Amino acid sequence: MKSSIFAGAASIWRNLPLKAKIGVGLFGLFVLAAIIGPEVQPYDPGAQTPLTMAAPSAQHFFGTTETGQDVLSQVLTGIRLTLELALLVGVIVTVLSVLIGVTAAYLGGVWDDVLSLVTNVFLVIPALPLLIVLMGYLSQQGQTSTIVVLSILGWPWGARVIRAQTLTIRGRDFIAASRETGEKTWRIILFEIIPNEVSLIAASFVNTVLYAIGASVALAFVGLTNVSSWSLGTILYWSQTDGALQTGAWWWFVPAGLAVALIGTSLVLLNSGIDELGNPRLRASRGTAKVAGHKIWGTDPTPVLAQLEAAPGRLGSFLHSFSRASVLQETSAGGNR
Amino acid sequence: MSPILEISDLSVAYRSDGGDVHAVEHVSLTLNAGEVVGLCGESGSGKSTLAYGAMRLLRPPALITSGSVRYNGRRITSGGDPADILSMSHRELHRIRWRETAIVFQSAMNALNPVLRVQDQLLDAVRAHLKLPRLEAREKAASLLDLVGIPRDRLRAYPHELSGGMRQRVMIAMALAADPEVVIMDEPTTALDVVVQRDILSQIVELKERLGFAVLFITHDLSLLLELADRIAVMYAGRLMETGSSQDLMRDPAHPYTRGLLNSFPSLRGAKRELIGIPGVPPDLRDTKAGCPFIPRCRYAVDACGAVDMSLDRVEGTSAAAGHLTACPIVAPTVSVREATKEASQEGVAP
Amino acid sequence: MSFILRRLAFYLVAACVAITLNFFIPRAVPGNPAQIILSKYPDLTPTAYKALEQMIGGALPKGSLWSQYLHYWDDVFHFNFGVDLNQYPTPVSQILDQAIPWTLILVGTATVIAFALGTGLGILAGWRHGGSLDRSLPVLMFFQAAPYFFLALILVDFFAVEHHWLPAGQGYNGEVTSPGWTWAFISNALEHSLLPAFTIVLTSVAGWMLQMRNVMITTIGEDYVIAGQAKGLSKGRVIFTYAARNALLPQLQGFGLALGFVVSGALVMEIVFSYPGIGYLLLEAVQNKDFPLMQAIFLVITFAVLVANLIIDLIIVFFDPRARGREAA
Repeated sequence: MKSSIFAGAASIWRNLPLKAKIGVGLFGLFVLAAIIGPEVQPYDPGAQTPLTMAAPSAQHFFGTTETGQDVLSQVLTGIRLTLELALLVGVIVTVLSVLIGVTAAYLGGVWDDVLSLVTNVFLVIPALPLLIVLMGYLSQQGQTSTIVVLSILGWPWGARVIRAQTLTIRGRDFIAASRETGEKTWRIILFEIIPNEVSLIAASFVNTVLYAIGASVALAFVGLTNVSSWSLGTILYWSQTDGALQTGAWWWFVPAGLAVALIGTSLVLLNSGIDELGNPRLRASRGTAKVAGHKIWGTDPTPVLAQLEAAPGRLGSFLHSFSRASVLQETSAGGNR
Repeated sequence: MSPILEISDLSVAYRSDGGDVHAVEHVSLTLNAGEVVGLCGESGSGKSTLAYGAMRLLRPPALITSGSVRYNGRRITSGGDPADILSMSHRELHRIRWRETAIVFQSAMNALNPVLRVQDQLLDAVRAHLKLPRLEAREKAASLLDLVGIPRDRLRAYPHELSGGMRQRVMIAMALAADPEVVIMDEPTTALDVVVQRDILSQIVELKERLGFAVLFITHDLSLLLELADRIAVMYAGRLMETGSSQDLMRDPAHPYTRGLLNSFPSLRGAKRELIGIPGVPPDLRDTKAGCPFIPRCRYAVDACGAVDMSLDRVEGTSAAAGHLTACPIVAPTVSVREATKEASQEGVAP
Repeated sequence: MSFILRRLAFYLVAACVAITLNFFIPRAVPGNPAQIILSKYPDLTPTAYKALEQMIGGALPKGSLWSQYLHYWDDVFHFNFGVDLNQYPTPVSQILDQAIPWTLILVGTATVIAFALGTGLGILAGWRHGGSLDRSLPVLMFFQAAPYFFLALILVDFFAVEHHWLPAGQGYNGEVTSPGWTWAFISNALEHSLLPAFTIVLTSVAGWMLQMRNVMITTIGEDYVIAGQAKGLSKGRVIFTYAARNALLPQLQGFGLALGFVVSGALVMEIVFSYPGIGYLLLEAVQNKDFPLMQAIFLVITFAVLVANLIIDLIIVFFDPRARGREAA
């Protein structure tokens, strides 16, 4: 069992397009930063020093804030806090959306209609304003409430997609066969349906983490989360409130924002890779082909090999132009190549 | 009989990291003016790939790896040399596409643009190739519907508002828009029920008689071709297995595959026969093993079949003009076509 | 027609849910929000406190829950969102009236521009799949992943603070001009809206382009596009009338779904610019625990998104003949 998991993971890795691998690598870097960052940070993030609003230096790699706090340490702590929160929300929401999506698809009938209606309503109501209202009313605005609130509003996206996929799978013959042999419903769901949706669930998880990061950073920026904790959004909040912009203290908000952007980018890259695994048409290699050094567009007439090999590709003709043969050609044929 | 479309030794491959998939291997096919040639084979045999590849409509990673496709329509060649489709530029292909060779696609529901009215799609075809003023173009589009027996009030309809049979007829009307010399029909009736099939087929025959175009009719249904086609080519695993007139194929099938196909459908008349299918599955087109690809499913196979070169030889006892060729040297005695060609060039007749 | 009616019914249901949520949230959360407010505004007059109570329910609710609910509905229908706490006794609706036009013009226009631009680029990127536009994808993904307000911060820092090319914030320069239909005001307001609009467009174009590209790639593989090429039609006709027009439908649907996020992001971005729109109002409301305003803003944004979705549905029906007349699947 263990070896097949390894083999499965290895084959998935091999088939991932390059940009997804870059995404995984980049995300891995941040996970590393989250794990060891706060242990190696040079200062306590909240420690104030008299060196206020200082530009980056050897002493303070990312400069200091208005109260002399070290930005680098804040960012390292922030990465850990933000990632912790986002991954936790990701797990909770993915479990929720799989539950709701599969249930709706499997039960069908009135249950499906009700669950679908609820899902669609929460999809169309804009999430952030509702999050703001919810958080605003909570007297406790710590990490836990943020996680709870984000989870309550995060499941509709995944649920909708998973429901659609489950409906398709459910209609397939092998499911009917399982039912005929009397396999229990929960076993069918767990061992036959879900394994076929793994890439979808993975994509949904990544999307949820993206959403959680974006939403928590936005909430923090508006001041709705615990402003004394050092999440990436809180750093941005303080930079805005304490006038980093006006004094041109770009080092205060750029590292934190950049961290958010890069984590997000790595996840988007990863997701597009998962997308391409599921929908092979999206792969760039399908849209064009490189044959005999030529790039063939999908919408061009079908190429003929003999012609491609006769006329060198752009790189080929560029290199060829340096060869003695081509110089001779040019001079003799009057430049007619 | 003047050949209007000559496909010689055409090979099409799909290039991928895992190796090339040889979808079509060295296929030669000739279509004469006004003739109906049937291209028969199961799904995956390469018959559609052959037709679309010859028209250079396949998308990457498809690649034409050998052969030539020559078109002889008078409008293009004006009596001179045939035009080489494989060396044409995109712009030159525009002149050929639809005006000379039109295609009736397999699934009309998928091949018609869902957001355009029938009239607009017909007008597209008309205006792209015929320089007609607006009113005349519209009249032409309407008359195309008349041709296929669809009432003119359907001009303003959308594809999803038409029945399956009507949609297919619209496809045929569209194909005839620029008065082509060759019409390639890719399984035009497969998705329809039998009664509608009959209708459409008789319509096609009637239109062919009236307008004089040649037809390349692609289908997996050999029984259809026996009635409809003048000549039939049987494909398997990307290669030609047998070609000949429909009478010759029906009376004296010279290939085990053809025999298998003939045995797998009942005839309305005649004695009751045991229906025998062809066991097994088509091969993976990635390997180019030597010898005949049909060996695993062939009841006549012998060891020598593994080394046979898949060129088509003339069936012994038939004339060169009849053109009954087969790739199987076992089931019926054959005369090598190379010898036949030598004879023919001496006599001045095409083999 | 039935398609539109069903969508309309759905949006009405969603609106009801939003209003109901708005009603129940203050009553459902632990603690007594009214107490919080009282502690923040100790000089609230009894009438103000009563009005507040009615809005969010206090320690001693008047009448049954159901009657309060109905009363709330009545209020909403009359656009009575209560009284603003911060600028007491100004009604909330009045405060909103001042801010809405700013947001509508800025966010509305910029979002539409971004969508049109992104979709257009996506069409090109999809047609030339694997080409040079595709190479810019990772950069675009970066812009899509970066929070709107972060890019706003960078742009403001560069264009306004470091180089003083554009104003750093506000809707208009109060010292130079005042609101009115004068050219001086309009040009000043336009100048102040350039950077925020540019930020919105820059950050959201990537998303639309990526989405349209993917839809185009799938559409180009459809038989009717190949048929269009086989018919010998011009490249432009095949790209636009055969491929893009069909790809536009799922793209518009995606626009509707994403609208909530786009608008939310734009609102938070307003904060960076101190732009006098709803977003900035939201920040103030949050900081001052101005619940009536917070909740009113939530309702307004929700209604706007629902209406926008309805408009998009109408556009889809206009473009997709299959949605007209027939029952939508």
